[in-house]
Amino acid sequence: MLSKRLIACLDVRDGKLAKSIKFVDTKDIGDPVEKAREYYLDGLDELVFYDITASSDRRKIMLDVVEAVARQVFIPLSVGGGVRSVADATDLRLAGAEKINVNSAAVLRPALIAECADAIGDQNIVLSMDIKAVEASSQCPSGYEIVIDGGRRPMGVDALAWAREGERLGAGELVVNSIDADGTRNGYAIELTRRISEAVRIPIIASGGAGIPDHLFDVLTQGKADAALVASMVHYGDYRVSELKGHLHDKGVKMRMSW
Amino acid sequence: MTLIIDYDAGNLRSVQRACAEVGLQASISSDAGALRAAERIIFPGVGAAHSAMKSLRAKGLDAALIEAFNAGTPILGICLGLQISLNFSEERDTPTLGLIEGRVRRFRFTDPALKIPHMGWNAVRKLRPHPVLEALTEDDEFYFVHAYYPQPDDPSDIYAQTEYEGTFPCAVGRDNYFATQFHPEKSGRVGLELLSCFARWDGSVDAQ
Repeated sequence: MLSKRLIACLDVRDGKLAKSIKFVDTKDIGDPVEKAREYYLDGLDELVFYDITASSDRRKIMLDVVEAVARQVFIPLSVGGGVRSVADATDLRLAGAEKINVNSAAVLRPALIAECADAIGDQNIVLSMDIKAVEASSQCPSGYEIVIDGGRRPMGVDALAWAREGERLGAGELVVNSIDADGTRNGYAIELTRRISEAVRIPIIASGGAGIPDHLFDVLTQGKADAALVASMVHYGDYRVSELKGHLHDKGVKMRMSW
Repeated sequence: MTLIIDYDAGNLRSVQRACAEVGLQASISSDAGALRAAERIIFPGVGAAHSAMKSLRAKGLDAALIEAFNAGTPILGICLGLQISLNFSEERDTPTLGLIEGRVRRFRFTDPALKIPHMGWNAVRKLRPHPVLEALTEDDEFYFVHAYYPQPDDPSDIYAQTEYEGTFPCAVGRDNYFATQFHPEKSGRVGLELLSCFARWDGSVDAQ
């Protein structure tokens, strides 16, 4: 039986690990390569790096980080943040990323998903969606809207419709990131995650809001997520990766427990 | 020299890095002559069967790989490398190399909640011993990402299976060829151990 996955997200700014709270305040909290290795040895199932600066002059720093991590971490590695073209995706793949996350640039130009899927394979394109709860309207009938630019810019696009469109264009997986829940530690957006998981056939990664181990349990069961993404819970040393997996396993969630 | 076949099908450097980690120095090459001369071959790949076959043929690598197989060179197929070593793939009805008789089929599930692709970590259950699976223990899970699975005609070509609404063959082999549907290069310690076993394998299998 397929295990649920625990994924750690490392926000990287200028080559350093940063953690954002509600996408506004960021502070540096350590060396991403060292953290990646630590989590890998503690049983992490997958790693995501998000370049939160993503300006062109800093691209090289990110490629160096990915390369250094890929040399010593032998689990799937996913990278995103500022991917705007097939060339960006290819550079990151060569540096050692398995999967490429696209987000804002794909909302502005959906063909990017299909182009990247063609170039590096459907299964390697992850569509990351930043989503905000809004009043249901004819534009956003689900009551969930896609936002970009770190949550600042509402796009008038319905999140469920965008999830289906992303799947159709060739995304292999979706990240459901709730802007409302992100950084709050009050739990994932369960209802949103479940609705998107039921709307598509591809796997769903729940993101934003994890504070205690039961939040992960809730989103992997009620929320029907295939994977749960954590950041501050593990970065600040509140929980260990193995501890979270052990908790979920003890509560009956199928997890990989031998590493 | 160990050679990783480069046929424009995926992230070969991940495989190369994982090999380096277990002390197996491997070079990446798309040269048919180098493939014939290699002591050991890794045949990885992600992507689609038809474009992979096209690319192999364009470089003369299909014939070179079959020659190396017939000459007894130990070969490890991974993911798409496994899939195109059977006769035929349902992925755009593509005729493939035929090192092992059988077909590659698309997952079709009765349970609509089961996700496709089959993506993530899953247990690999050994059905019969093989030198490359020597380090495998019962709880070991490996990383998978695929929407098609191999179905060899002869059950004795199947070495391990995985559960995902029923079971599917996840490791197949014949003579000096062995292949996994999962990605040992992305499967942590257990994956590195498998690569290490391959690095020591002389290509022979005990008579069953």
